[in-house]
Amino acid sequence: MMAALLEVKALKAFYGSTQSLYDVSFEIPAGGITTLLGANGAGKTTTLRAICNMVRTEGAVRFEGHDILGKPTEEIVRRRIAHVPEGRGTFTSLTVDENLRIAAYTRKDKDGVKAERERVFNYFPRLRERIQQQAGTLSGGEQQMLAIARALMLKPRLMLLDEPSFGLAPLIVVEIFRILKRINEEEKVSILLVEQNAALALDLASHAYVLETGRVVMSGDSSVVKNDENIRKSYLGY
Amino acid sequence: MEQFLEQLASGLANGAIYACVALALVMIYVSTDHLNFAQGEMAMFSTYISWQLMQWGLNFWVAFLGAVAISFVMGVLIERVILRPLHNAPVLSVVVVFIGLLAICNSMAGAIWSYLIKEYPSPFPKSSFGIAGVIGPHQLGVVLITLIVLSLLFAFFRFTPLGLAMRAAAQNPQMARLVGVRVDWMLALGWGLAAAIGAVAGIMVAHIVYLDPNMMGGILLYAFAAALVGGIGNPGGAVVGGFIVGVLENMVAYTGNQIEKLTGVYIIGNGEKLTVALIIVIFVLTLKPAGLFGRVVVKRV
Repeated sequence: MMAALLEVKALKAFYGSTQSLYDVSFEIPAGGITTLLGANGAGKTTTLRAICNMVRTEGAVRFEGHDILGKPTEEIVRRRIAHVPEGRGTFTSLTVDENLRIAAYTRKDKDGVKAERERVFNYFPRLRERIQQQAGTLSGGEQQMLAIARALMLKPRLMLLDEPSFGLAPLIVVEIFRILKRINEEEKVSILLVEQNAALALDLASHAYVLETGRVVMSGDSSVVKNDENIRKSYLGY
Repeated sequence: MEQFLEQLASGLANGAIYACVALALVMIYVSTDHLNFAQGEMAMFSTYISWQLMQWGLNFWVAFLGAVAISFVMGVLIERVILRPLHNAPVLSVVVVFIGLLAICNSMAGAIWSYLIKEYPSPFPKSSFGIAGVIGPHQLGVVLITLIVLSLLFAFFRFTPLGLAMRAAAQNPQMARLVGVRVDWMLALGWGLAAAIGAVAGIMVAHIVYLDPNMMGGILLYAFAAALVGGIGNPGGAVVGGFIVGVLENMVAYTGNQIEKLTGVYIIGNGEKLTVALIIVIFVLTLKPAGLFGRVVVKRV
């Protein structure tokens, strides 16, 4: 079996003295899409933040065989992990162009960055039309596209997506998820997806973990999780 | 008419100085939400350094560049050594540190160079230009140097990756970390740049106000006013605000003189120009609390 791209073992996380993750372990295979499901407050967002060392953590996080737990966020990014945080991860007062430029800040290969930009416009043609516009003036869907485009500019090995469907019209969500599928297949980017919309996430992902109050309570192939009766009742609502 | 133009020119020259100090204040404010009360005294200290370099025989412009470079390094060091441990400290602790810094700069300059007022040379030729009589060579030089410095800064922030990274770090530190920007270093760099701009202002104004440890006191006050008028979070606004305040104070004095000449009644003159200028500033802020170019920031709680 292929070694996991990201290995999370017995991860604990704390906000001040409040513990919000107790024992989270999971693995992400290279090239796949994995989803983290769970109710509000289950610790999905915290798990993503813990991987990037944005909260106080204990346990072990290994990425491509390297221990990254406790390393500064800006160094973890240099290992090409792109985190798209909850609620539109863009610099709202910068233009679309500047957002894309700053996204490639850590890359030294100018030609590569140029090519990346073209690829990004290929996925999101609308961003090319809005190139000089301030990110804060874009529509919600466009901002989410810019956030994903921003992550792509890093040429990531792993993309952490926190609720890309948040606050968007259903049609836009479908469009964005279709693009995510393409990105995963064409760019060979592995994706860890956190979603409230479990039905949508399970359709996209090949593998799913279910969190409850800071612990993993279930995991398996998406198709298996989808047909589990408890999951269906709690998260899919039928 | 000639007197009016003279006053306008001198206002622009003063305004250029205020603009620089205001910009230094705003640069630190946008990335840390703190107003650096020691900005003026830091600039004064830098001016003494340039004076010392000249005493050692260096030419004015070499001393100028040397002092600006030393100030940059000192600014970076102050951030890394003194303010780094206070990143999560309450606002008042930081304010106390700023006031301490102000007192330290002031008394150190006094201890090293004494409190005696010193003359400070002007690097610009004495001979007059085509617009002779209206604008003095030093005033014109001050405006030119300031405009050059401001354009360089603008280009730096607008066109270089490092400038963009500093803006990103100031706007949203957490997101900046997520694109790999070393935010802590950007803060230190911001302090270095602010100290360097302050040094330019100090060196340019020293010929006008003379060199002494308290030379920047009044100027810092004007710079605060300038930054607030322009909108404290807006670098461009701070620069415009600086020129507005500079011209405004001279216009107040000029108008007062004209009234006295026409009617023989003394209302306002040079002595009251600071007061009246600040009253106008307060008036502007009452009408537009965010400043002329500022935006009202709505924070979600």
